[in-house]
Amino acid sequence: MINIIWFLLISIGIVFAFFSNNQEIGNIIIDSSFNAYELILSIGPLIVLWSGIMNIASGSGLLRKFSNLIRPILKKLLPSVKSEKALEYISSNIVANMLGLGSVATPAGLKAMKYLENENKHKGVASEGMITFLVLNTSGVTIIPMTVIALRKAYGSINPTSIIIPSIIATMVSTISGLTLDYFIRRKNVK
Amino acid sequence: MLSNYLIPGIVIVILVYGFVKRVSIYDYFIEGCIDGLKILIEIVPAILAMILAVNVFIQSGILDIINGKFKEIIPMVILRPISGNASLAALTNIYRNFGPDSYLGFLGSVIQGATDTTIYVLALYFGSIHIKKTRYALGVGLFADFCGILAAFIVAYYFF
Repeated sequence: MINIIWFLLISIGIVFAFFSNNQEIGNIIIDSSFNAYELILSIGPLIVLWSGIMNIASGSGLLRKFSNLIRPILKKLLPSVKSEKALEYISSNIVANMLGLGSVATPAGLKAMKYLENENKHKGVASEGMITFLVLNTSGVTIIPMTVIALRKAYGSINPTSIIIPSIIATMVSTISGLTLDYFIRRKNVK
Repeated sequence: MLSNYLIPGIVIVILVYGFVKRVSIYDYFIEGCIDGLKILIEIVPAILAMILAVNVFIQSGILDIINGKFKEIIPMVILRPISGNASLAALTNIYRNFGPDSYLGFLGSVIQGATDTTIYVLALYFGSIHIKKTRYALGVGLFADFCGILAAFIVAYYFF
């Protein structure tokens, strides 16, 4: 997948530049390394800082506390999931995602999938619980989009954090619409 | 307004909770930063790869063949479900051309912050347990993204 995308973006760009007589394309290739350098320098320190803060939350047990808080809600959203272990990992995955902790979220999420597959009746076929979980995961709320904030700051935004509330609203719309569609598909399948 | 208090609010809650629980908050902070550095080093090649591809594509001028008010946002919207770094690269192009505080810059920021790399996540999670039939998962996931992007247009317009 990523192979194709990468290949297409570069080759279409270069071929188009040739045909439209865009002489700049060589410079664009060279400049992109400097752009990447700037991007990494501008978002890097904040990513590191936020990982530090979030590691305190993880080490002090605050993350676990939050996951326990959302578990009753998850039980309602995922009625087909019986495994307590799966629910535990799903809730830590969701909470870690909310806080932008990808490095904590992914291992927990993969473990959750393993437990979901254990109780799956049709091996190799996605279960309802898996799909609802992944809808929650991919449409999920990130409370603080740190990378975007860092990038906005680097490009001279007057108020880099002004996007937090709009992002939360948009992501909530996305989560609710995803869950609603998922709910109706599940109900239709039962009939 | 509220946006400005969220970060300090989260920081103080985490610090106070850790302090009250008598864990060594400083050591945890440093340890977390080291993890963050490792993550950063891991994503550097991916960012370089995607900046190269997206810059060559966008700056080749190919978007000029289409008309429309929001054409600059199209590469971002298409790349977002596949690669977070690619859509980030597209977002930097928007910032560079229009500024982060323009409508397009604001809209792009909200889209990047509010949606996820749905296709990538599904491939990773289902792949890890060898699920071949994913049924309606991709459809629902992309529908959710679509609604999120639609909401981003409206919310960005309202807040802007």
